[in-house]
Amino acid sequence: MSKVLEGYFYAESHEWAKKENQFAYIGITDFAQAQLGNVVFVDLPEVGALVKKGKEFGAVESVKAASDLISPVSGKVVEINEDLVGEPEVINQDAFASWLIKVEISNPADFNDLMSAEAYKNIAK
Amino acid sequence: MDEILKTSLYEKHLALNAKMEPFAGFYMPIEYTGIIKEHTAVRTKSGMFDVSHMGEIYVKGTDALRFVEYITTNELKSKTNGKVVYGLMLYENGTVVDDLLTYKYSDEAFLLVVNASNVGKDYMWIVEQSEGFDVLISNHSDDYSEIAVQGPETEEIIKRLLEIDLSSLEAFEFTNAIFDDHDILISRTGYTGEDGFEIYADHIAINMIWDILYESGEVLPCGLGARDTLRFEAALPLYGHEISDKITPLEAGFGMFVKFDKGNFIGRDALLKQKADGLKQKVVGIELTERAIPRQGYPVFSGDTQIGVITTGYLSITAGKPIAMALIDAQYSALDTPITVQIRNKHVSGFVRNKQFIKKNYKIKGEQKK
Repeated sequence: MSKVLEGYFYAESHEWAKKENQFAYIGITDFAQAQLGNVVFVDLPEVGALVKKGKEFGAVESVKAASDLISPVSGKVVEINEDLVGEPEVINQDAFASWLIKVEISNPADFNDLMSAEAYKNIAK
Repeated sequence: MDEILKTSLYEKHLALNAKMEPFAGFYMPIEYTGIIKEHTAVRTKSGMFDVSHMGEIYVKGTDALRFVEYITTNELKSKTNGKVVYGLMLYENGTVVDDLLTYKYSDEAFLLVVNASNVGKDYMWIVEQSEGFDVLISNHSDDYSEIAVQGPETEEIIKRLLEIDLSSLEAFEFTNAIFDDHDILISRTGYTGEDGFEIYADHIAINMIWDILYESGEVLPCGLGARDTLRFEAALPLYGHEISDKITPLEAGFGMFVKFDKGNFIGRDALLKQKADGLKQKVVGIELTERAIPRQGYPVFSGDTQIGVITTGYLSITAGKPIAMALIDAQYSALDTPITVQIRNKHVSGFVRNKQFIKKNYKIKGEQKK
């Protein structure tokens, strides 16, 4: 049974977004990392890049396959998690602690159609 | 839709919480505890794979030797009984029906072990070619279960746990043994680049052997995920990737398994012509110089020109580098030729390299195979 945490917003494509003032941290869910298996590589955008809700912004790759990352919100990338680039396997250990990018939110309404933990539990199984 | 089949070990895979997926018409375990752990167990100690989906076809009769030499590329006449020979079955145009292991019992009896995804096609093909030969062809794929037990400590573990001494068996040899009153067939073969064995027996015997090896805690169950990363690092081909009905063995780089001198075989004329005309495409090794993962299907470029496609690629678990095999235009196949691989929207730099990604570790008398 995969872990689903309260306080995060969830997309159907198994990314999470966590709001902090005008910023959002974006990562993949515990369900997603379990589906992928051993994560060996993350391909992230550069700081300053614009990400768009519902559009691909990079990829997370397991031994077997590459999986596109879809942004749950629009915004400008202000930071990427450099630790993950060197040690992508920590995503398997704790997907919710392993944020991928931090974005400055351009449209706060983007959160409105993301799922709550309660709703996401029904699709993460 | 045909029903998806289960191997005799299916319930054991479920009990171990394996990730199961349909493969070649069977529900097969993809991974149990993680591909990296499973891969590493085979490279350093011992791992086992359920490969019961593979096909077993017997060819028997007074013309068996002549017939098997006619439908496969390798040479069997000079081989002693008890040898296993790797070869390919070809169409008239030289492309590949399948690759296979041929077990020689005698000049009048051979076991052909073929890919699961091709069993039906292969059996039909073999039967169709047999007109005029005194042979009996029978498909025993449903009668056997098979496990591959692979890795440097496997010989010692089998001796201790199954009480079968295989120390005198060399790579590409097989023997019959009795295990708990069941007849079993063991060959020193595999698909990992490591020393190891493939064991064929009835379903009950294979289930007993699996249990003994699993319960010892010394042999890690491994899925098809690790099987693919291991065979890839050893540059062993997978049908549909490095060999197929669009690729000849010469293009794939397996000319050493094609014996033109033995006499006629299906596809020989086409290959001789291809040899005389020169190859147009080739399977080569590729290494990337930037961190990215070249995967099957990604296009390979020289400048702005697409020159081919990745057939298999990984961030190699053993070598720690992004490497691949690719089918490319032969004019770009010289070692160190710079190429790029398109990965998502980027062109990632790399070069053509040899396919010796790792050092193979087979047991051959009097020599350490390179």
